Amino acid sequence: MSDVLQRRVWVEQIMGMPVSVHLRGACPAGRPSFVDDLFAELRELDLLFSTYRPESQISRIADGVLDREDCDPVVTEVLELCASATVLTGGWFDVMLPTPDGRRLDPSGLVKGWAVERVATRLGERWKGDYYVNAGGDIALSSPSGEPWRIGVENPVTGGLLAVVPLTSGGIATSGTAHRGEHIFDPTTGRPATALRSVTVIGPSLMWADVLATAAFARGHGASNWVSRHEGYRAVVLSDDGTVST
Amino acid sequence: MRKVTLMILSTVAVLVLLFSYRTSTGGGQVSSARTAAAGGSTPGAAPDASGGTVLTGPVVDTRWGPVQVQVTVQGGKIVKVVTPQLPSGNNRDRQINDQAVPILVQETIQAQSARIDGVSGATVTSDGYVQSLQAALDKAGG
Repeated sequence: MSDVLQRRVWVEQIMGMPVSVHLRGACPAGRPSFVDDLFAELRELDLLFSTYRPESQISRIADGVLDREDCDPVVTEVLELCASATVLTGGWFDVMLPTPDGRRLDPSGLVKGWAVERVATRLGERWKGDYYVNAGGDIALSSPSGEPWRIGVENPVTGGLLAVVPLTSGGIATSGTAHRGEHIFDPTTGRPATALRSVTVIGPSLMWADVLATAAFARGHGASNWVSRHEGYRAVVLSDDGTVST
Repeated sequence: MRKVTLMILSTVAVLVLLFSYRTSTGGGQVSSARTAAAGGSTPGAAPDASGGTVLTGPVVDTRWGPVQVQVTVQGGKIVKVVTPQLPSGNNRDRQINDQAVPILVQETIQAQSARIDGVSGATVTSDGYVQSLQAALDKAGG
């Protein structure tokens, strides 16, 4: 018998990003059905929520051709969470994003963390070993063995690491603009937020970590203090002038 | 050099690895890190001429296309990283490679020295890359 925990990894491309599932612990050969189900559920959620698919329920709601009352219950759940997130962040998280034709519904900033946390939690009900699920840099993890997962926080400017955080439960999410060319908007001005390069938030819920990271990025300066006002959450922030704060 | 300020929360064991901050991320990166097209396309481990072990990770699909890494380990340390497979084909891909590959190589070496399991960040390719490295290192451990 080996003292080294067996470790396995699967990667699939879903929602336009690599999604990886890491398991640690004694595991039968082959890909377990709960890993199949995790990837399958993410694909189903993408069909409902993708803003890149004109036929998704979110796109049809945004286009005004689907009533919120008629949509799937999980869509209702997410839209309610989005409303809560806007209130909880004092308006700094906003799903009505500016477009050339006015503001448009885009809950992607919450959906990704919500979806990954949801499927990871389900995986944890069927797999009693350690796991982490990484969806394009947003991670939900659990370590019943007590051995932490060591998660590096990327420096988006150099590609190196700002920090390494050992974690045994919860989530870690990063918001930033480097490399992807996407913007996080300041909801008060409708313009891209520019004071920070990245905000990484660590906490018990990946979804809320993701929401707080996005909101803190939009707020700009003072991000780490603002994040730590939310009980259980903390941040690693890289400012535009190269300052790192935690 | 710019002034770097760091505060460490007592509740978090945070190890700061790198503080070099560059204002330019564009053409400043060298493409020489894209060193070789050696090695096969299947995962595996093999000794090399200098006594190290060459570990080839699986091809990992990323948003920008397939990425594969090959790591040479000697005395328990990574001594060389090459990328046998990278997205290619048009100017945009080449641009991505020129910018991404040196970052990926640097990240791999840091990942090894920091013993990390994963990366939180906005760079999609790095995630796929870490998986690929992880698979290679798992083979080394197995």
